[in-house]
Amino acid sequence: MSLKRSKRAIRFTVLALAIGLSVSGCGNDFVILHPAGPVAASELNLIEITAATMIVIILLVWVLFGIALVRFREKPGNQAPYRPLWDHNRALELGVIAVSVVAATIIAIPTWNKTFALDRIPAGKTPIVIDVTSLDWKWLFEYPGQHIATVNYIDVPTNRPVLFELTANSPMNTFWVPQLGGMEYTMPSEVLPLWLEASKPGLYWGRSGNFSGSGFVHMTFDVHAVSQAAFDTWVHTVRTTKPPMTMADYRQLLKFNWIAPRYYSAYPAATFPAETHGFTLEGGMYMEMQPTPK
Amino acid sequence: MSSLLAQLFPPSTTRNMELSADVLIILTSAAIIYYLTRWHRWKYLWREWLTTVDHKKIGIMYLIAAVTMLFRGGVDALLLRAQLAVPNNHFLGPLHYDEIFTTHGTIMIFFMAMPLIFAMFNIAIPLMIGARDVAFPRLNAISFWLFAFAGFLFNISFVIGGSPNAGWTSYPPLTELAFNPGVGQNYYLMALIVTGIGTTATGINFLVTILRMRAPGMTLMRMPMFAWTTLVTSVLILFAFPPLTVAMVLTLFDRLFGTAFFTIGRGGMPMMYVNLFWLFGHPEVYILVLPSFGIFSEVVATFSRKKLFGYSTMVYSVLAITFLSYGTWVHHFFTMGAGAAVNVFFGLSTILIAIPTGIKIFNWIFTMWNGRIKMTVAMMWALAFIPTFVVGGATGVMLGAVPADYQFHNSYFLIAHFHNVIIGGTVFGLLSGVYYWWPKMTGRLLNERQGKWAFWLFFLGFWVTFMPQYALGFMGMTRRMYTYSHGFGWSSLNLMSTIGAFVMGAGFVVMVYNFVWSQIHGEIDVTGDPWDGRTLEWSTPSPAPEYNFARIPVVTDRDAWWAIKQDHKSNVIQIKPQEIQDIELPKSSAIPFLMGLSFFVFSVGMVFSWWWIAVVGFLGFVVCMLVGTFDYDDHKEVPRQVIQNTESALGRLQG
Repeated sequence: MSLKRSKRAIRFTVLALAIGLSVSGCGNDFVILHPAGPVAASELNLIEITAATMIVIILLVWVLFGIALVRFREKPGNQAPYRPLWDHNRALELGVIAVSVVAATIIAIPTWNKTFALDRIPAGKTPIVIDVTSLDWKWLFEYPGQHIATVNYIDVPTNRPVLFELTANSPMNTFWVPQLGGMEYTMPSEVLPLWLEASKPGLYWGRSGNFSGSGFVHMTFDVHAVSQAAFDTWVHTVRTTKPPMTMADYRQLLKFNWIAPRYYSAYPAATFPAETHGFTLEGGMYMEMQPTPK
Repeated sequence: MSSLLAQLFPPSTTRNMELSADVLIILTSAAIIYYLTRWHRWKYLWREWLTTVDHKKIGIMYLIAAVTMLFRGGVDALLLRAQLAVPNNHFLGPLHYDEIFTTHGTIMIFFMAMPLIFAMFNIAIPLMIGARDVAFPRLNAISFWLFAFAGFLFNISFVIGGSPNAGWTSYPPLTELAFNPGVGQNYYLMALIVTGIGTTATGINFLVTILRMRAPGMTLMRMPMFAWTTLVTSVLILFAFPPLTVAMVLTLFDRLFGTAFFTIGRGGMPMMYVNLFWLFGHPEVYILVLPSFGIFSEVVATFSRKKLFGYSTMVYSVLAITFLSYGTWVHHFFTMGAGAAVNVFFGLSTILIAIPTGIKIFNWIFTMWNGRIKMTVAMMWALAFIPTFVVGGATGVMLGAVPADYQFHNSYFLIAHFHNVIIGGTVFGLLSGVYYWWPKMTGRLLNERQGKWAFWLFFLGFWVTFMPQYALGFMGMTRRMYTYSHGFGWSSLNLMSTIGAFVMGAGFVVMVYNFVWSQIHGEIDVTGDPWDGRTLEWSTPSPAPEYNFARIPVVTDRDAWWAIKQDHKSNVIQIKPQEIQDIELPKSSAIPFLMGLSFFVFSVGMVFSWWWIAVVGFLGFVVCMLVGTFDYDDHKEVPRQVIQNTESALGRLQG
């Protein structure tokens, strides 16, 4: 009776999910499943490995559970063995431990490898640096190499790593562009690095993943990935046609509100911490950051 | 005067929802007062409940409080889901939404799950191990009243002063005065400090009770599995709650006295808070789930009519989980830049802790194997746990794989995961325990047909609510967003999730109806052993007399009561008149209630920075401590004649 019901429940869930997936646009909205760069692709690969391993475990448990439920129900004439004192079986217990350890190892090895691999920008590529400050409730982007600044919008060149140096002049947020890769916190008085790369041109949305107050839903921005040439043109346009940011402009940005994207041909250096906790942040890679010489 | 009113009733407490709450609170209070006065129940309430130190009554009070809080937290959840049902919704504004998800999380963890766990401890543990009460009965009552007054304090923030709004984790700098003026966050801090003291005391109490008060013959390895999980949960509480209390006190100091522990403008370090919080928070996850593991072990064995499979493996698994649970807290913030080596360490420890948990799941299935499974409602909750929890555990492992977590962190995948383990593990387990021990608590059986309705509604509602949320995580929806626009494709899955939530709500309503109906019309449990149980609590009458056991049982085997029944020595529950002796029991006391009240007054003073009220509350606490310390008249003798009469009325007197 209840087995039939739980079967029905499973069928209903699958059906509901199928409808949900199809209604929501044939899967293109599943941004994590559609990576547009090496970091997101590598992370998706790990998600697939862990998901596949875990689905095997889930199915194993469901099947064993289902068999136990059907075979050993208390009903008249049930011929299945009844052994009320059967409470251990060395081989079975070792088997369970072995299965668990194997599953854990399958996940642990790529976790180890990828954690270290993704921590560094691949050798031989020169990253472009973008200094990111989360404000209430907007994103300020500064390009120390190009000397321009933007709000809630960035252009990045394709096939070139982007090193984001993240800080906050507000409560904590996380900087997240799902199609380019995972997120990292922005915290006041800390600067955290995160590198991402876009391998194909496109417009990718980004948002904050950490609640930061009543304007939190407006903590969104767009990342426009274009060729290096188009990027250079864009930088040139911003530098020649947009006004520079003054300290007064910066203080305006600190107000508790949300605004449309803005562009500045220059910005005051004092708006981003030059050094934090003894590290210099001038374009260095995460593992290679050196203490500032005194 | 007007500034006082403005402080007590800021604009956030004068919206329609809050004003309707005011009316409901006034009407309900009036109805309760009228009932108590009309039927002259004040004295009864005070003598039998408010001043009791009896673990069985304290357990029932915990249960009532937890169900009430499940209602509050559940209504919060439905409001949140109603807001998210369609895109660009303006049912709740952002300010309102932020307050409601904060109170939803805080209430569900600290004022629903924790008291429901303590209800189970109180109701079952002393009876299970053959004790007459807990080790420190008055401290037990103090724990309850601290929790109850803290819960009351937290809940009134909705209508007086304004609710906290920084999430149940309340990370600074968002909780700094600069970003969070008003008293809401003070409510959160004081409520968690006060209930945290009570919880720590409960941890001490059950640790000592289990180590020192087991019946003769009950060695550690003969203890029921629920006693084991209660023991390790108590240890976890002792080590986990101090960091939380420290984090709360330091934040309070930052807010009230201008200190600089976490406050950015004064050079504080918010990440220190995050570490302290999760140093509590991760063990807390196991504090929530281990008691349920114990309940499953009891329920699955009982209704499979079989011994628990792999008892010693289970024991070593919970010990391993206890140890490892202190080494995983950083996985809550892999994305805070601790560095690859640190992240890998905590990622692997997270994957490692899944191994003992997985082993336990298989052991429950093998407990059913070769048994005879009886489908009671208690068993259905336990069975529902296995296929549900394994999904939550699996997604937990996926979150533990560090680079994958960079994509999942704070997304709806995470939301689905922790609801999957907390509802599918903790709540299913505790509800299983409620249905299992209800006859022992109240002397009546819960109606099974109503119980099955509640079960199916809640269980199916759960799957419909949370499975879409995993998918929403893959679509990039992050937590705590009060609304979203059309373009992301999140709409249909959110609507489905909302529908599921309301089905769960219907399940809750049926369950409460089930409780109330059964209390009036339910079948009376005359045997004391309605499930053909295996552990000692089923050897007592339902409900157990005040002294629990007229004669403390002697334990010879793991499933003590089952062994006695197998030996056809069922007359051991009968006692010869000459064997009856006087029994010493703890005496009721007003001090625990008054101490809770003092803490409440103190907390109100702290919340509103009315120092003289805080001083009055603190003095009340000091007086309670002094009076309690020098109160040597804390025991009473139950004369053998009274016991003989009680046992005789229960038909348990030999000859």
